[in-house]
Amino acid sequence: MSQTRKQLLVDPLVDNNPITLQVLGICSALAVTSSLNVAFVMSLAVIAVTGFSSLFISFLRNYIPNSIRIIVQMVIIASLVILVDQIIKAYAYEISKTLSVFVGLIITNCIVMGRAEAFAMKNTPFNSFVDGIGNGLGYSLLLMCVGVVRELFGSGTLFGITILDPVNNGGWYVPNGLLLLPPSAFFIIGFLIWGVRSWKKSQIEAREYKIQSLEVH
Amino acid sequence: MSDSNNIFTKFKNMPVDGIVKTVIVATALCFVCSMVVSFAAVNLKSIQEVNKAIDKQKNILQVAGVYHEGIDVNKTFSSFQPLVVDLNSGKFTDKFDASIFDDKKAAQDPLLSISLENDPASIGRRTNYATIYLLKKDDGSLDKIILPIHGYGLWSTLYGFIALENNLNDIFGLQFYQHAETPGLGAEVDNPKWKAQWKGKKLNNENGELMIQVAKTQKYKEHHIDALAGATLTSNGVDNLVKFWMGKDGFKKFLNNLKNGAA
Repeated sequence: MSQTRKQLLVDPLVDNNPITLQVLGICSALAVTSSLNVAFVMSLAVIAVTGFSSLFISFLRNYIPNSIRIIVQMVIIASLVILVDQIIKAYAYEISKTLSVFVGLIITNCIVMGRAEAFAMKNTPFNSFVDGIGNGLGYSLLLMCVGVVRELFGSGTLFGITILDPVNNGGWYVPNGLLLLPPSAFFIIGFLIWGVRSWKKSQIEAREYKIQSLEVH
Repeated sequence: MSDSNNIFTKFKNMPVDGIVKTVIVATALCFVCSMVVSFAAVNLKSIQEVNKAIDKQKNILQVAGVYHEGIDVNKTFSSFQPLVVDLNSGKFTDKFDASIFDDKKAAQDPLLSISLENDPASIGRRTNYATIYLLKKDDGSLDKIILPIHGYGLWSTLYGFIALENNLNDIFGLQFYQHAETPGLGAEVDNPKWKAQWKGKKLNNENGELMIQVAKTQKYKEHHIDALAGATLTSNGVDNLVKFWMGKDGFKKFLNNLKNGAA
């Protein structure tokens, strides 16, 4: 355990990214990345939830009975998510309308549970908090990358500001409707994983099986 | 330890996986979490309701064409007069306070709504009482009338308003304030260019028959709204809901009464 706090924060961005390496939290990444505004608020919400849930779970880690630990983690995460949802509804009403159920679905985001179970249950509160924030940031980074591609080529805008003037408004750009549909995020995430793994060879997983040779012994 | 009688120490020394400790931890955690959640919900509720009300008012201003970025929504909205209409009789009613009457709640209430047999807009139940908004000119005569409409599209129920000119036949505008249609396809119902088509279209022909239509092919120019490309089902939904609300089960009776001065 010689990890410094900086590593805890920076590692999940690329080297140990929850989406590209661990392939967690994909479903919400499909749903909220069609526009950057929405992806941004969702990112903030996830960062807050992963950070604070890890913090609180780590505080309680010595008191949490093993038999109900998952439920305890869920209760803490769920409460935080409801809190975040209520705050967004109160202070960012327009965006809460587009996010609709997806804030609530942070509860089921595997990244939050994963960090709680894998890290916060065994480490000190501050380290867990940093780890949670780091993983939230890793998720956000990917969300924003996917969001940029989808919004720019899907609607010709970035953060709602027109970059490529779409035909609908009398411009020249014909938006790619596929990019606005959830499946397109699968392709983009797939390409990103490919890209990251070509850059960082160590992320390539060993095969779990070996192709048998046909030689007869 | 000297303070072994201390409850906290006792609790700390219990086996972590013992039943007693499990129950205590679970109960305490649930209690704390429920307090936090209810505290947030109760305290933020008033702000959320204000947001919702402002959002609705803003949409009414938009559909009436008086909204500009940065205006005082509340102040401008005060020039609109909300009134409750009895859809069955087609007349205004003063049974309810129009400023707080909730159409959506009424549609759930068996006493205030009917179950629809002929239900093209797929709304299930229709409220008997609807809140409409009148915008008057400075001289007190009617300028525009804003009617609430809703119906099912592809993924979601679209809620919106339609604004009519004072001849009660020409459409001034149409706007949805709540829906969850596909971004880029069905959600183009929010596209200003598409919405602009509605302006000046006529609901009924000279014989009073409802002619308005959202369709791919144009039959009658003054009644035709071009459907959205790539969003056939949303377009059909809008077509159905406009026809429903402007038809005999919707506001037609009321509009006729209002025209004849009998509302």
